[in-house]
Amino acid sequence: MKLVMAIIKPFKLDEVRDALNAVGVHGMTVSEVKGYGRQKGHTEIYRGAEYVVNFLPKLKVEVAVEDQVADKAISAIGNAAKTGQIGDGKIFVTDLGRAVRIRTGETDNDAL
Amino acid sequence: MLKHAVARCGARSGVALWMALLATEAFAQAAAQPAKIDTGDTAWMIAATGLVLMMSIPGLALFYAGMVRKKNVLATMAQTLAAVGLGSILWVVIGYSLAFVGESPAIGSLERFLLRGMEMNTISPLAKTIPESVFMIYQMTFAVITVALVAGSVADRMRFSAFLWFVALWLLVVYVPLAHWVWGGGFLQSAGVIDFAGGLVVHLNAGIAGLVACYLLGARRGYGTDNLAPYDLSLAVIGTGLLWVGWFGFNGGSALGAGGRAGFAIVATHLAACAGVLTWMLLEWWDRGKPSVLGMISGAIAGLGTITPASGFVLPWHGIVIGIAAGAICYWGCTKLKTKLGYDDSLDVFGVHGIGGATGTILAGVFAVAAVGETAGLLEGNGGQVLTQLYGIGVTLVWSGVATFVLLKVIGFFVPLRVREEDERVGLDVALHGESLQ
Repeated sequence: MKLVMAIIKPFKLDEVRDALNAVGVHGMTVSEVKGYGRQKGHTEIYRGAEYVVNFLPKLKVEVAVEDQVADKAISAIGNAAKTGQIGDGKIFVTDLGRAVRIRTGETDNDAL
Repeated sequence: MLKHAVARCGARSGVALWMALLATEAFAQAAAQPAKIDTGDTAWMIAATGLVLMMSIPGLALFYAGMVRKKNVLATMAQTLAAVGLGSILWVVIGYSLAFVGESPAIGSLERFLLRGMEMNTISPLAKTIPESVFMIYQMTFAVITVALVAGSVADRMRFSAFLWFVALWLLVVYVPLAHWVWGGGFLQSAGVIDFAGGLVVHLNAGIAGLVACYLLGARRGYGTDNLAPYDLSLAVIGTGLLWVGWFGFNGGSALGAGGRAGFAIVATHLAACAGVLTWMLLEWWDRGKPSVLGMISGAIAGLGTITPASGFVLPWHGIVIGIAAGAICYWGCTKLKTKLGYDDSLDVFGVHGIGGATGTILAGVFAVAAVGETAGLLEGNGGQVLTQLYGIGVTLVWSGVATFVLLKVIGFFVPLRVREEDERVGLDVALHGESLQ
């Protein structure tokens, strides 16, 4: 099992969700996060007071998938979230030790 | 007859003549009339009282709360609520009597202590066509918003208990005498200083007090280094709208009756706000590249504060000129002067109200039209009025500055003015009020 975590531009969420659905991933967790990579922040001005905002709003999408689905999910997210502009985000993948569906007690691949 | 005369004179002089006739007629009537309650005037003044109260809650509360950080929104609203609650009661107990009753040039009397002697049909010599109770509560709404305005300078860091002491003492010690001097038959009024709705009494007074207070309390933690951006400017925009509409009661009601002078004041007021919005917007666009919403609402309030002393003395279109001046000078005050001097006036009470109030008081002396408010200004050949206005500004500056300084020093001796460092960090909502926005 793999945990695929993608940091994406907020307005790309619907496309990413559709792409994941198309490759058979039907559940995900989304959080509003802030961060920065190579993309610089922006400057806000309030009555002459300038604030440089480094942390930009992004969405973090997390999906847990079976090993054989991982590559498809990664490329689905990558294609859907890409604009070609700086700040498109990143995808991180880690091995997943265990999974449990709380309602039924099913574990691992059955729980995904 | 009159219509024919107007047609022959040409539009411009015709309008001037017509206004002069109207105004003279109105004043002749007012002077000749014995004190008698007029239902139309009373109805307008009751409505105007509601409008001005709406400027404090929710107008100023929203305007200010939208400009602070999320952790201090409720504490900022609490300051306005407290100013209205405590200030109103003190006004009824003794403030009104000391400000608007009696003949002394220095201070009023105790004749209306706890409103003693005020019957349903009693009329104040200062407002001869409305019940004294309406005049009293109308003036009350001015007193409470003035002290609430000061809170903007010390937002994010003043201890609530110290603020309550400040409301009570500042209202009685600083506001009440100044209101008496300018409006209640005091020495500034006798000297010929004109201040229609509070350029000196409300705006310059609050601006100077705010400046002194923010110097004494010191800057917010993180000022100049941390991001102190406003939590929700959309609240401030709603607040601005309520203030703007409420200002029709503030300036229009200062005519103390439902007539042409109130109409002129309202038109000038609205035009000044509009010109203020556009001026600040264009200046910021040119200077910083983007026309910000905070800049536009700041321009509106600057225009409104600046027209305040002049409305009711000038022609409606003068509001546009005064609004442009307000937008430009207050933009400079909030973005350049403040940076240069290094004080942390959190919500720019001095930059908007102080500078705007002083500017408007001078411009009232420039543009005053005798046919509107019985006082001629520089443009009508009475240059001395500008000097009289400067005298009023000087007295207000010194009085508000010195008295506020002494008061805060005295309060600070008993109650720390500022919250503890960790309280400021965690936010005043939780630290002082045990609540927070989720």
